Amino acid sequence: MTAVAYQTKFGSLDRYEKGGVQAISDDVKNYAFSNCFEIASRSQPYERVVFGQNQIYVLECMRAEGQSPWFTCAHDEFALVMDGDIEIHLVKLGAAQTVPDAEKNGAILVEGAPQGARMGWMRLRRGHQALLPKNTAYQFRSAQPGVVILQTCKGDLSVERWAQICQTA
Amino acid sequence: MSTANEHGYQTFKLGSFTFRRDEYFAHIGWTTRAGKPMSHTMDAGNFLRALMRDVAWGFFYGWVNFDNVVGTVNHYESVDLYAGAYNGTMKEAGVDLLENFPTAEIRATFEAMLDDWTNAVFDPFAAPQETGTPYGRKNGSNTAKITRARELAKRCVGLKDDLALRTDERGAPVNRAFADVPQEQPELHPEPGFENEVHAFNLFGFLSRSQVTWNPSFTSVVKHSYMCPTTEEHILPIIHGNDRVEWFFQMTDEIHWDCGDKNTGKPLARVIMKAGDMAAMPAYCRHQGYSPKRSMLLVWENGSPSLVYEIQRGESPEVPVQF
Repeated sequence: MTAVAYQTKFGSLDRYEKGGVQAISDDVKNYAFSNCFEIASRSQPYERVVFGQNQIYVLECMRAEGQSPWFTCAHDEFALVMDGDIEIHLVKLGAAQTVPDAEKNGAILVEGAPQGARMGWMRLRRGHQALLPKNTAYQFRSAQPGVVILQTCKGDLSVERWAQICQTA
Repeated sequence: MSTANEHGYQTFKLGSFTFRRDEYFAHIGWTTRAGKPMSHTMDAGNFLRALMRDVAWGFFYGWVNFDNVVGTVNHYESVDLYAGAYNGTMKEAGVDLLENFPTAEIRATFEAMLDDWTNAVFDPFAAPQETGTPYGRKNGSNTAKITRARELAKRCVGLKDDLALRTDERGAPVNRAFADVPQEQPELHPEPGFENEVHAFNLFGFLSRSQVTWNPSFTSVVKHSYMCPTTEEHILPIIHGNDRVEWFFQMTDEIHWDCGDKNTGKPLARVIMKAGDMAAMPAYCRHQGYSPKRSMLLVWENGSPSLVYEIQRGESPEVPVQF
C-alpha cells in the first residue's frame, strides 16, 4: 500500500485562509479572533500589534520589512518567524543603555546607536524561533515583507487595536 | 483494588466511585446523595485517552471532562472527581456526585488504573492511526508509553542545560503527516563567548517530531508566560474546562473547536481555526477540538500561580479583552 502523502498547510502574507467564530449563544468578541497574516498585511513595519493578551503577558504580531529600530528589554523575549527570511542582530548593551528598572515589562527603543559588544546574528525562516536575551539590543532586518510573532510582556511599544483586528460579528 | 475480573482487568474504587472495564467499555458507578445507584459507560479507548491526559498533565488547569458526564477539577492541592456535576440536565435531576480527594490519592488510583487497563498494543497518547486497538481482554501492558513525561523547557529549547532538540537518534523521527516540514535549523553566527545567547531553533521541525498528540510541551518561557506548542490529530480526548483565559495560535493546518458553558455544557460557539489564526477561549467555557490532519497548535498559557484565584475573586476578567 502506498503511504499517504500529507501536505502541511502553512500561511503567508501572500496566501492565507482565515477561519472564524460561528456564534451559537455567545458574543464572538469574547473569542478575540484574528489572523497574524491579516494583521501584518495592514501594519506598519515593526509595529508591535498585540494579538494575544493575558494579564501582563502578550503575543505581538509584527510586520518585518526593511531594518527595524534597535529594541531592548529587561526580560527575555522570543521571536517566531511565520513568514519571510529575517536576520536578527544582537549587541550586548552596557549599563548606560539597559532598561533602568529591572522589573519593567515590555520592549523599549534603545536611545541612540547601541553601545557594546557585537554578539552576532541569526538568520531565520518560517517556523524558526529565536531568543532575544534580556538587556541586549536587537534589530530585525528583512529585505522582503515577513511576519514575526513576539512572546513578551505588554510595554510602551505595544499597540492595541482589538476592534480593528478581531472578528466583531 | 480488587482482583482481576473475568476480562482480566482490575476494578478500582475511589471514595464513592467505582471503575470497571470490560473488552469494550469503561463503567463508572456511583451512588447519588439520595442513595440512588447510577452508572455511566464510556468507550474504553476514549476513557484511556482522557485518563492519559489527566495523569500526564497533573490534572491540568481547571476541568478535565472525560466527556459530558465524568471528569476532574484541579484545585492544585486537591482534585474533585465528579459525575454529572457539570451536566446541566443531570445536575438539575439531582443524580450527580462530586467528591474531593487529595491530589496524591487520586493520582495513585488513576495511574494504577491507566497502567492496568492499557494493553501492550495500545498507546493512548498516539493518533488513532498510529496505534493498536484499545479493545479486548487484558493482554500485557504498555508502561513505557504511558509514563512519558511532558517535555518542559526552562527557558528555551536547545539552550545548554535545557530541553534538547528532538532527533532521530533520540527516538523522535519526523511524523508521517509532517514529512514536508523543512528540517533545516536557523543560521547562527555568534561571536565568541555568545554561543549560548545567540540562539534559535526550528520550532516547526521540533514539532514535526512529536510522538504524541494533544500534549503540550514548553518550548520558551517569559516569566510565567509559557509557549506550549503541540501537535493535534483526530479529537482532543477531553473537553477542557477553563479556570483562566486560554489562547490558541494555529500555526499550521486547521482545528475546529466546539465551545460550551463550562458549568452546564450548553453550546456557545464553534471556532474554526486555520494557519495564522489566533483565538482565545474565555475562562467561562469548555472546549473540545477536532483536527482533521495532524496540525501544529500553539497553546499560550499564563501559568501564574495566583491567576485562578484572581479570577475567582473577580480581579481578573473571564474574557480575553474588552473592546
